[in-house]
Amino acid sequence: MMASKLRNQILTLLAIAALGVFLWWANTNLDGYKIQILNLIAINAILAVSLNLIYGFTGMFSLGHAGFMCVGAYVSSLLILPQLQKDAIFILEPMARPIYAAHAPFIVAVLLGGLVASLFGLFIALPVLRLGGDYLGIATLGFGEIIRVFANNLVPITNGALGLKGIPAYANLWWNYGFMVFTFYFIWRIVNSNFGNALKAIRDDEVAARAMGINTYKYRVISFTVGAFFAGIGGALLASLLTTIDPKMFLFVMTFQVLMIVVTGGLGSITGSILGSFIIVALLEWLRFVENPMNILGFEIPGVPGMRMVIFSLSLVLIIIFRREGVMGMREFTWDGLFSRFSKRGEA
Amino acid sequence: MTLTMFIQHFFNALTLGSLYALIAIGYTMVYGILRLINFAHGDVFMLGAYFIFYTGTIFHLPWIVGVILAIILTSFCGVIVERAAYRPLRDAPRISALISSIGVSFFIENLAIVVFTGIPKPVVRPDWLVKIIQIRGVRILPLAIAVPIMCFVLVAGLLFIVYKTKPGLAMRAISKDIETTRLMGVSVNKIISLTFGLGSALAAAGGIMWALRYPQIQPLMGLIPGLKAFIAAVLGGIGSIQGAVVGGLLLGFIEIMIVAFFPGLSGYKDAFAFILLIVILLIKPTGLMGEKIEEKV
Repeated sequence: MMASKLRNQILTLLAIAALGVFLWWANTNLDGYKIQILNLIAINAILAVSLNLIYGFTGMFSLGHAGFMCVGAYVSSLLILPQLQKDAIFILEPMARPIYAAHAPFIVAVLLGGLVASLFGLFIALPVLRLGGDYLGIATLGFGEIIRVFANNLVPITNGALGLKGIPAYANLWWNYGFMVFTFYFIWRIVNSNFGNALKAIRDDEVAARAMGINTYKYRVISFTVGAFFAGIGGALLASLLTTIDPKMFLFVMTFQVLMIVVTGGLGSITGSILGSFIIVALLEWLRFVENPMNILGFEIPGVPGMRMVIFSLSLVLIIIFRREGVMGMREFTWDGLFSRFSKRGEA
Repeated sequence: MTLTMFIQHFFNALTLGSLYALIAIGYTMVYGILRLINFAHGDVFMLGAYFIFYTGTIFHLPWIVGVILAIILTSFCGVIVERAAYRPLRDAPRISALISSIGVSFFIENLAIVVFTGIPKPVVRPDWLVKIIQIRGVRILPLAIAVPIMCFVLVAGLLFIVYKTKPGLAMRAISKDIETTRLMGVSVNKIISLTFGLGSALAAAGGIMWALRYPQIQPLMGLIPGLKAFIAAVLGGIGSIQGAVVGGLLLGFIEIMIVAFFPGLSGYKDAFAFILLIVILLIKPTGLMGEKIEEKV
């Protein structure tokens, strides 16, 4: 038992080292387009893992993720924007003084983005988590939209519908994957602790969990707040990666994309969420070929703009109909699982 | 605010509220029967608007024929969506059907962008509906009177079907207990198809009237009205047709009147619906006219 624990720790460290080597290789050898895809995979994985904590592990149907991302993105962007750039983009109304003066290094800005998002999460959770099921989903969706409408109208703070441009592009592979590993580790530790057992009990049967003496309301609020924190971090990284944000980006369609990743990977599986992020982002990019002209058996087929999203949405419906538990289901990829699989094969 | 202006705002609110109500009924009927939030409903509404555009502009059909054709085609689309995307998931966990409906919503939107193109299209409106009439200084579009009347007629027709006919009885029975209803010899699948057909027909009527009221149509036009109508359904108490009508009218009046009395808040217009929704959910989670659901252990 002790030996396998040590072995697993060594393997995990080796895997992180391998990721590091891969990132170093990717940074020097891949072109900007491929690096961008790798970055998107990491950020979407952060978002998916955080939604999975809320929905997959605690069973709270939350559709407010885009709102938390919006908060994280704006807070961190406003902190890292240079004042010259702030002068250049705030043309509708002058900027509020304290926000104009505020400045922070990138890592502080991202963490503060997550922190403010989690405060919003806490503020929303306290009243709304008394609801359950579909009603919770509707109420959180409503809060997400309210945040977006305010971002659109608080012009002295957010520059309104014009959004923020020229955000410094600090979010490189190292930051994004660093935060992904941090998120993964943090949430993995949560769901595999006693606290996580309580969350899973609430998900499987809330009434029974309450009967066992679990303060379900408290646990749900904490889980929701932690999820909002990482959603804010994901939003902050995304803003710095894309270098422009505007309120329209955080329409509730954004939440659905994250939800799609979670479901594709498997609800209640953290490694599944990371895999799902890879599958969805890669699928979206790979499908770009359908929009280019093609030559099949001598026939010239013109590319149809927009066809990519048609095929993408259709394949999502097909995934749900034919493999609704997702790629991983509720299982996790673990070293023990990997080894037991090999040893079983060896015995047979 | 003068009285004439108030009357004009009143008719605007009545029109918008009636349209929300028509769309909300589709949400509430489907939720009542399948406990499914049909996110694709807003896009079915959009299809209705496009069908009226094509029958009028491309095929030059007489307007009334176009309306009937658009309603039939749209309800056909609604039935196909249920058949293809929801029926295979009838016994799956509820989240699967919900995500399927989100997928279908994406699919219809993106297909519409490919087929209809993303450029907004102008809808031809019959003259008699848009010639402004003046009564003692109050300027009103005939449309603003026709829409609430049409809405009232359609809702009355629907209530007749639901409460006075055999298929309506079957619908109400399914919403109580789907398995027992099946054992009573009701063809459940046919009734569910009928529900989707009726809901989509009302959405089509809503889409057509929306296109007359706001004559620029584009593939994503169903998103926000769909979401608002859904909120209206929740406000009124999801599952209840009368509740959907009350919720729709309430939402229409709040949106128009707040902007009318406080023009400075017009930027926050889209947030009113959600704030109202959250307040109502916190005070009375089942909506104004919803039934209380006991939690069984």
